[in-house]
Amino acid sequence: MQLIDCPWCGPREELEFHYGGQAHVSYPPDPQALTDEQWGHFVFFRDNPKGPFPERWVHGAGCRRWFNAVRDTRTHEFLAVYPIGAARPGVPGGDA
Amino acid sequence: MSTAHATAGDPPGAHLPEHPDFLWRTPEPQRSYDVVIVGGGGHGLATAHYLARNHGITNVAVVEKGWLAGGNMARNTTLIRSNYLWDESAAIYEHALKLWEGLEEDLGYPILFSQRGVLNLAHTEQDVRDSVRRVEANKLNGIDAEWLGPDDVAKICPILNISDDIRYPVLGATYQPRAGIAKHDYVAWGFARRADEAGIDLIQDCEVLGFTTEGSVDDGTARVTGVRTSRGDIACGQVALCSAGHTSTLLDQLGVRAPLQSHPLQALVSELLEPVHPTIVMSNAVHVYVSQAHKGELVMGAGVDSYNGYGQRGAFHIIERQMAAAVELFPIFSRAHLLRSWAGIVDVTPDASPIVGRTPYANVLVNSGWGTGGFKSTPGLGWCLAHTIATGELHPYIAPFGIDRFVTGALVDEHGAAAVAH
Ligand SMILES: Cc1cc2nc3c(=O)[nH]c(=O)nc-3n(C[C@H](O)[C@H](O)[C@H](O)COP(=O)(O)OP(=O)(O)OC[C@H]3O[C@@H](n4cnc5c(N)ncnc54)[C@H](O)[C@@H]3O)c2cc1C
Ligand SMILES: [Zn+2]
Repeated sequence: MQLIDCPWCGPREELEFHYGGQAHVSYPPDPQALTDEQWGHFVFFRDNPKGPFPERWVHGAGCRRWFNAVRDTRTHEFLAVYPIGAARPGVPGGDA
Repeated sequence: MSTAHATAGDPPGAHLPEHPDFLWRTPEPQRSYDVVIVGGGGHGLATAHYLARNHGITNVAVVEKGWLAGGNMARNTTLIRSNYLWDESAAIYEHALKLWEGLEEDLGYPILFSQRGVLNLAHTEQDVRDSVRRVEANKLNGIDAEWLGPDDVAKICPILNISDDIRYPVLGATYQPRAGIAKHDYVAWGFARRADEAGIDLIQDCEVLGFTTEGSVDDGTARVTGVRTSRGDIACGQVALCSAGHTSTLLDQLGVRAPLQSHPLQALVSELLEPVHPTIVMSNAVHVYVSQAHKGELVMGAGVDSYNGYGQRGAFHIIERQMAAAVELFPIFSRAHLLRSWAGIVDVTPDASPIVGRTPYANVLVNSGWGTGGFKSTPGLGWCLAHTIATGELHPYIAPFGIDRFVTGALVDEHGAAAVAH
């Protein structure tokens, strides 16, 4: 089991967390204005890179707060954790 | 150290028998092919076989970045069934099941297909309602299905714990008697041998790194002219992507987005045991499924690890949870030892149905998104994809699974039939 470094609680076991998928996908400011295709893409389509991936996690069995992380999907290694709302950090070896 | 057979002076291993004949050639890639299939797993190999068998198309290469069938084809738990809810799924999975029933003969190769039936357990009132509905839907589609109460479930699988005294008691199960398991490696080798005999080149250790293209996606003239591989460029008339968990990495090269997420999916086996488990048992609610392989291992699996991953390994708590569920359902397993566990990379979609069909490139077909359950479809998909490549017309069984359904909303939601179930 790997340790995940919650920005508020520090390193805790993976079991305490839930995954929230790709980060930085914001709700469209004017959903009515989207075409069917744009709406379909917003609802269903997410990046699926082999390498660094910015994603959301929630520390459900701890502080119950959401945060973002950049994790390498090849090794599952966490490269950075950062607060929701902050810009994606550049990470060593990352493609940021 | 010496053995009875070795004589002084012989090189090491000189007394061993000759290496058995290879089942297929190891050709050098040619400059160009009519059809290039990317990925030598079950789907790629089956497509190659049916291209030759049904359509006489043999100027074909299957290019595989590793060794043949070393991806999910080597890692799956081989459950085969067709008891899905919706008509679209029932059609393709039942087509596949019928092909499985004659596959050994078609391939001239043993595949150890054993139709021992599958029980999908229900543990809550809602599970019961959903299960009965699925049984009725299956019957309307001509698929063998029955609803069984707990006592009848125990007659089929006597080692299953049907007592009220467990956390999630068994309230009944759906039963598909024609479901079964097969030997996954033999299936791959059988398809590979037949395709090779027909003259199709199976090229291992050859990774597709990108594509050469012409025309433009914007005016609908885009085509792929060839694949760039770790062993040079190969020109091609058509391309079929059969690269399972890695499909996104190839579509990204073409600038095509698809709602695919790659996850680790684990499975495990026990040590070899006497035959104790006569059927297949799956439980969505407590999240485990179990069969017993021909050799005697208990083969178990559960759901995907939650996060995206290309690492072919997962976390141990997933294994721990599925073992807890298994031991509650099968108290007799508590003394069994786990022998090994492993993971594959599965490409999951939002509606738990595959993404098969056309792409913005006129001569590129995509076959992906089979996620946790594409072994069972291997012959059926191969048949339909070969038809589509050969005729240019989408086979009716794959037509509902195009990527455009995520824009039109015509989803084929199989979460109920496919969630933990493989
Ligand atoms: C643990 C586990 C249990 C499963 N259990 C079941 C089950 O019980 N029943 C069931 O129906 N399904 C099951 N599945 C799902 C099933 O294995 C897959 O859906 C199915 O194997 C996918 O098709 P495939 O055989 O062609 O994939 P694969 O065997 O993964 O073939 C894809 C091939 O493409 C190759 N490739 C990828 N990228 C490239 C590239 N760029 N260039 C060249 N080659 C490339 C890969 O190396 C790979 O060999 C399970 C999967 C796993 C991991
Ligand atoms: Zn926390």
